[in-house]
Amino acid sequence: MYSPCYKWIAIQCSVSSLTSCDHGKKVMDGEKDPRNLLVAFRIVHDLISKDYSLGPFVEELFEVTSCYFPIDFTPPPNDPYGIQRDDLILSLRAVLASTPRFAEFLLPLLIEKVDSEILSAKLDSLQTLNACCSVYGQKELKDFLPSLWASIRREVFQTASERVEAEGLAALHSLTACLSCSVLRADAEDLLDSFLSNILQDCRHHLCEPDMKLVWPSAKLLQAAAGASARACEHITSTVLPLLLEQFHKHSQSNQRRTILEMILGFLKLQQKWSYEDKDERPLTRFKDQLCSLVFMALTDPSTQLQLVGIRTLTVLGSQPDLLSSGDLELAVGHLYRLSFLEEDSESCRVAALEASGTLTTLYPGAFSSHLLPKLAKELHKGKSDVAREDGLMKCSRHFCCLQALSAISTHPSIVRETLPLLLQRLCQANKGNVVTESSEVIAICQSLQQVAEKCQQDPESYWYFHETAIPCLFGLAVQASMPEKESSVLRKVLLEDEVLAALASVIGTATTHLSPELAAQSVTCIVPLFLDGNTSFLPENSFPSRFQPFQDGSSAQRRLVALLTAFVCSLPRNVEIPQLNQLMRELLEQSCCHSCPFASTAAAKCFAGLLNKQPPGQQLDEFLQLAVDTVETGLASGSSRNQAFVLLLWVTKALVLRYHPLSACLTTRLMGLLSDPELGPAAADGFSLLMSDCTDVLTRAGHADVRIMFRQRFFTDNVPALVQGFHAAPQDVKPNYLKGLSHVLNRLPKPVLLPELPTLLSLLLEALSCHDSVVQLSTLSCLQPLLLESPQIMSLHIDTLVTKFLTLSSSHSMAVRIAALQCMHALTRLPAPVLLPYKSQVIRALAKPLDDKKRLVRKEAVSARGEWFLLGSPGS
Amino acid sequence: MVGGGEGGGRVGLLENANPLIYERSGERPVTAGEEDEQVPDSIDAREIFDLIRSINDPEHPLTLEELNVVEQVRIQVSDPESTVAVAFTPTIPHCSMATLIGLSIKVKLLRSLPQRFKMDVHITPGTHASEHAVNKQLADKERVAAALENTHLLEVVNQCLSARS
Repeated sequence: MYSPCYKWIAIQCSVSSLTSCDHGKKVMDGEKDPRNLLVAFRIVHDLISKDYSLGPFVEELFEVTSCYFPIDFTPPPNDPYGIQRDDLILSLRAVLASTPRFAEFLLPLLIEKVDSEILSAKLDSLQTLNACCSVYGQKELKDFLPSLWASIRREVFQTASERVEAEGLAALHSLTACLSCSVLRADAEDLLDSFLSNILQDCRHHLCEPDMKLVWPSAKLLQAAAGASARACEHITSTVLPLLLEQFHKHSQSNQRRTILEMILGFLKLQQKWSYEDKDERPLTRFKDQLCSLVFMALTDPSTQLQLVGIRTLTVLGSQPDLLSSGDLELAVGHLYRLSFLEEDSESCRVAALEASGTLTTLYPGAFSSHLLPKLAKELHKGKSDVAREDGLMKCSRHFCCLQALSAISTHPSIVRETLPLLLQRLCQANKGNVVTESSEVIAICQSLQQVAEKCQQDPESYWYFHETAIPCLFGLAVQASMPEKESSVLRKVLLEDEVLAALASVIGTATTHLSPELAAQSVTCIVPLFLDGNTSFLPENSFPSRFQPFQDGSSAQRRLVALLTAFVCSLPRNVEIPQLNQLMRELLEQSCCHSCPFASTAAAKCFAGLLNKQPPGQQLDEFLQLAVDTVETGLASGSSRNQAFVLLLWVTKALVLRYHPLSACLTTRLMGLLSDPELGPAAADGFSLLMSDCTDVLTRAGHADVRIMFRQRFFTDNVPALVQGFHAAPQDVKPNYLKGLSHVLNRLPKPVLLPELPTLLSLLLEALSCHDSVVQLSTLSCLQPLLLESPQIMSLHIDTLVTKFLTLSSSHSMAVRIAALQCMHALTRLPAPVLLPYKSQVIRALAKPLDDKKRLVRKEAVSARGEWFLLGSPGS
Repeated sequence: MVGGGEGGGRVGLLENANPLIYERSGERPVTAGEEDEQVPDSIDAREIFDLIRSINDPEHPLTLEELNVVEQVRIQVSDPESTVAVAFTPTIPHCSMATLIGLSIKVKLLRSLPQRFKMDVHITPGTHASEHAVNKQLADKERVAAALENTHLLEVVNQCLSARS
């Protein structure tokens, strides 16, 4: 362990005496053992921080410690003490930067080391300088400022290393911050001003050079200094902004203007760090008009890149409190409106404009409400009247843009109260049957509604407003559409299509997950009776030609609406009591086995599973489970509804696996048994994918389902041995089902969990490579690839199989398999060279073929794999 | 040892110690067409550029792209005719590394393009003192093959083509 001598010093120092410090210092001189050095550094640090009067020993103490700077140490291999280079660096830095009294000795040393050629010395010195700034004041820095600046400037201007540049900028930032906050004596000169003037003098002419060679390093230096304090920011901005504004107008090319605007943006962003109490004090106020006209110029420029920077700048300008006048805002909103309808080729600009509108709406709801909403509303209605005039595609895309713009600005409660009715009204018109409505349009409206709901989730009041307004309306429309028709109107059935119902369901789910339990309970007492008793009293229009009875003898149209009920009840918080639960569960079970409409029966199975997952343990849960198992077994035994029974089994199993319910083992075994079923085998194999993946609609964490974090690992440990055993026992024709099931399980498992288990599965994986199913191939390749990187020794034993199989799969018909196979070919090069060399020429020849693959992504992998194989055993690699 | 080797003693020997450094272009964005199994993607200038832009310069810790030695606009490629022409621009007109850079580009293309391609690697006209001599060497198949028989030369070329760690 540590040498006794240091222990002794440590003790003695803590008892304190000046002589011991002197003595300790002498002992420390010339120490080479890193363990002792760490102790020594700590002792010196203690000496300084406990404020011993070091008196005449300051310089000597500095010298014995600083002679180790910069630390040059590589830990020996197999070092039992595990002292790293960084440990030494940090503890030495703690000593050197612990007191301003070292400044006069340390600063020249740091400057010397920054100026050296050694990269690590530069980095260490800049970092140490950075650390010093937190204890130094103007007095310590005064004499060294010009040299420090010269060194930092040189490093940033001429660097080849991004790290040195970053550390240089960080050091400049700290220096400026230190100068900004030092307390001055009344008669002292303020060094900050002269320091900043120095920086400006050295940088400003670079900003004006016509070739713009060093603009970025200069701008970075200026921004590092300006970010240090409000004073520095004011000083630099007031000089630089006018200069950049002028430069913008001097240059005429879009890309040069973009560079200048990006720099301006950098300086504007720094303003946000400081708050100014007095409006007139804000440095930006006097440049406001120029900045606005410049931004608007950028927004109308043909270059997309310049437009993008313009949009970002506009957002930053808007975030400055009280800067923009109402006139500016009106103009800005006008530009954003125009940009929100850009053609497809400038999609990035349109997205940026939508995002900017969203951000600015939170700050200026009034401006957007009066200048943007009326235009959007008009645009939305235009879609209806101008059907014949404009060509279809054009109208569609403008219409979609308009819907997206409406949802993008729904970031403020007052705006939501205007956009939501607009969207719902549009949806009602779509259902009225007097307009030709495509399902894609209804889906687009639903997507917009969903985005609005997502934006409301932060604000409980808007969220409840959304729920209270949208939910009855959506259910009302759907119920209306499901009523038997007198006249044959095909159009109204758009609402009952699978995709449209799914889109509606997703709005309902999003508008329910964030409800408080009290409000949710209020809502559930309306919706469950709607489905069980046909109680339509809460719907906005409730005079229907016939009763709504989705669970009784209702038509299949009515039964499809169970998908909406599923979305609602499966998103409720767990502690919300569901009225008539018992009856609901029985109805759901019954419907889940009804084979006339797979959409409705699957929705019912999902709903049952979602409710089961949230049901607290107890007698009622056991009853539901028993019912479910009976239904499944009856269904599987019968001929006609086997598929439905299987889907129910799958969802119930998933609900239980997620919450670690003991019965899940039993059900999983049942599912595994079905792998060798001639009819359901392939579906059962794919079922494992559902069990292991995250659903988006039901059984989600966001929807308050009981999802244990380690359920995948647990499922893996519990079931993989049985799957492997089943595979070996199975007859040849159903073996692929087992492999596929296994593939799904392995694929979804986090790689770090999977890796230690893989060697035991290796023989199976190698066999799986010969399987003809591309899902199995892909998942096997993605398991083998990390294994090749992690355990090359084990894999070396199978080199012959691996090379042959990978090369065969690299000409598979599936692009994903070809890519994965070539990635494995690349990973193979990690195996020891002597194992690979016998195959080198064969592989290089074989890999020439995928170089000419018709898909670019495949060629890319082929190029990198072949390149690596060329380097094998070749000099210089 | 401390990682001081990067700048160190070599600086004095470089012919062009402070080259202008250009920004690296990002990864090529993957388009929907590229993900579609059915659509064939033809080999284009950007694809060739992606092959050669990350080649390391023999004397700087920088890539040919960062030194602007290769540019996408100086690449002509025709997939149906199986031809590719790459012009490269040495950083200074007397650069003695020009042949080596050209050789690295040529070898990279030989290893990465389908055999059907006929490739022409040459110096951008008017950017090097001994342009014709270098071009002639690079166009001569026998001389390229002979150069790669030389272990020392192969070593340097391989270093240029190795992925930067």
